[in-house]
Amino acid sequence: MSNTLSKKELIARGILSQNPIFKLALSMCPAVGMSTTVVTGLMLGSAVFFVQVFSSLTISLIKNFIHPRIRIPTYTLVIATWVTVIDLVLAAYFPAAYAQMGIFIKLIVAFAIITMRLEMFACKESVSDSVVDGAGMGLGFLIGMVCLGFVRELIGNGTVLGYEIFSFKPFMFFILPCAGFFVVGLMMAFFNWIEARYRARMERKS
Amino acid sequence: MMNKKFRDILIVVAAAFVIFAVVAVIMLWPAKSDGPILKQSFENADEIVLTVDDSVAIGNIIPNDVSVFEQDDPDIQMHPVQVYAGKQKNTVVLKFQDPLNQAHPHIVNIEGIAKDPVSLTVERSYWGYLVSILISALLINNYVFTKYLGLCVFFGTSRRKSTATGMGIVFTIVMLVSAILSWLFYKFILVPFHLDFLQVVVFIGLVSLTVQAVDTILRKVNPILFKSFGVFLVLVIANCIIIAVPLDMASNHYNLAETIMLALGAGGGFLLALYLMSNVRERIELAPIPESFKGLPIAFMTAGQFALAFLGFSGLQIF
Repeated sequence: MSNTLSKKELIARGILSQNPIFKLALSMCPAVGMSTTVVTGLMLGSAVFFVQVFSSLTISLIKNFIHPRIRIPTYTLVIATWVTVIDLVLAAYFPAAYAQMGIFIKLIVAFAIITMRLEMFACKESVSDSVVDGAGMGLGFLIGMVCLGFVRELIGNGTVLGYEIFSFKPFMFFILPCAGFFVVGLMMAFFNWIEARYRARMERKS
Repeated sequence: MMNKKFRDILIVVAAAFVIFAVVAVIMLWPAKSDGPILKQSFENADEIVLTVDDSVAIGNIIPNDVSVFEQDDPDIQMHPVQVYAGKQKNTVVLKFQDPLNQAHPHIVNIEGIAKDPVSLTVERSYWGYLVSILISALLINNYVFTKYLGLCVFFGTSRRKSTATGMGIVFTIVMLVSAILSWLFYKFILVPFHLDFLQVVVFIGLVSLTVQAVDTILRKVNPILFKSFGVFLVLVIANCIIIAVPLDMASNHYNLAETIMLALGAGGGFLLALYLMSNVRERIELAPIPESFKGLPIAFMTAGQFALAFLGFSGLQIF
């Protein structure tokens, strides 16, 4: 047990300092492809959240029985099992949203972020800490996706969650699929800029 | 030394492509048929062009004489909106209101040009279809720039040209092997036993198996090659494309040849994307860009511009 962070800090780390989308730059495929509206971002984010929490739970439960040489295939199979579960559940209860997300739900199995959390955290730490860490990372991803979806839907379509905010479309380009690259790049640059400003102010104070 | 090896591999790949293209063209050469209609083919998205012999008066064919349906569902009959003589001698163009689904064979029935109604089948040649799968996965539906998959590895390994080509080649090889394995499992185990819901588990398991096997074999057979390519093998499994291709294969019910084409196209498309991107990123490192855009943000902007450029390939049709 090498974890020294409290549960609150674990959650905060996933959302802010190690946000999977904007800080770690992992799982970029859904961030570019599936963030056209808030709703799709929210749906995919929740699916990833679910898979992350339950895979962390499973791996931390069975961590003492996994031979170190086959740990990566084990992680993959555990993730694949939970992805199959969420895939079937979504297909049964939310067929419309499922059709919209298409192949991306199944591709959660290859998202680097989940495997990374299992490798770095869940295979060493206690069950409760692993679940909290998984929840933090999942929330970080969910919030990142919703942010992207919010920006793209608001600027591209003038709506939020389908409700009209502007009566015109400020910049239609943002809602196009390929604009995902530009939006992610711009938002990353924006966060870098804020961080640089913040750091400069801190240095001036001290 | 490294570069030479890469160049050799690239030359072999290019030669394979050229041979394939020549074979495809030979197979595409149309065969002659008897009856008043000598040749039939799809042209633009909404046209069928017939070549007729001299006994047919082209001006006498009216749209209502011609009925067309897809071979699979004969219930849906279509009539051309316009029938007119083509630019070449003895050709008739049947123009339809909506684009035809040219992947499926169509049956054309024509009355009034001979004693009996003439019926003929229009289909794209199978080789052309295979090449179109390859071209589609390579350019039109490039997995990186138009489907937005495999981006983590794409941005991680496109910093230098040598890493980019290495990653692309290793990925293509693993992709091909794992796609063939996945097809075998899908066709002979998952479908007969109605285990479709296990797709994700089985496919990702096969991918890890392939990666592990290539790793072990390469380590024993060619340690020098392993030293330069081994690092990329781990990354292959973190790439969504490797699992997206078997899933696409399963949802389209491809056969083995089509699966191989899809895998080659996906791998080649990834290699192409990585190569283009690494060229740009090597130049960007020397360029004066704003501080907050350095690193990933500018890479994303570049990729966005590539994605816009790749939009231009949509609607591309060679065969």
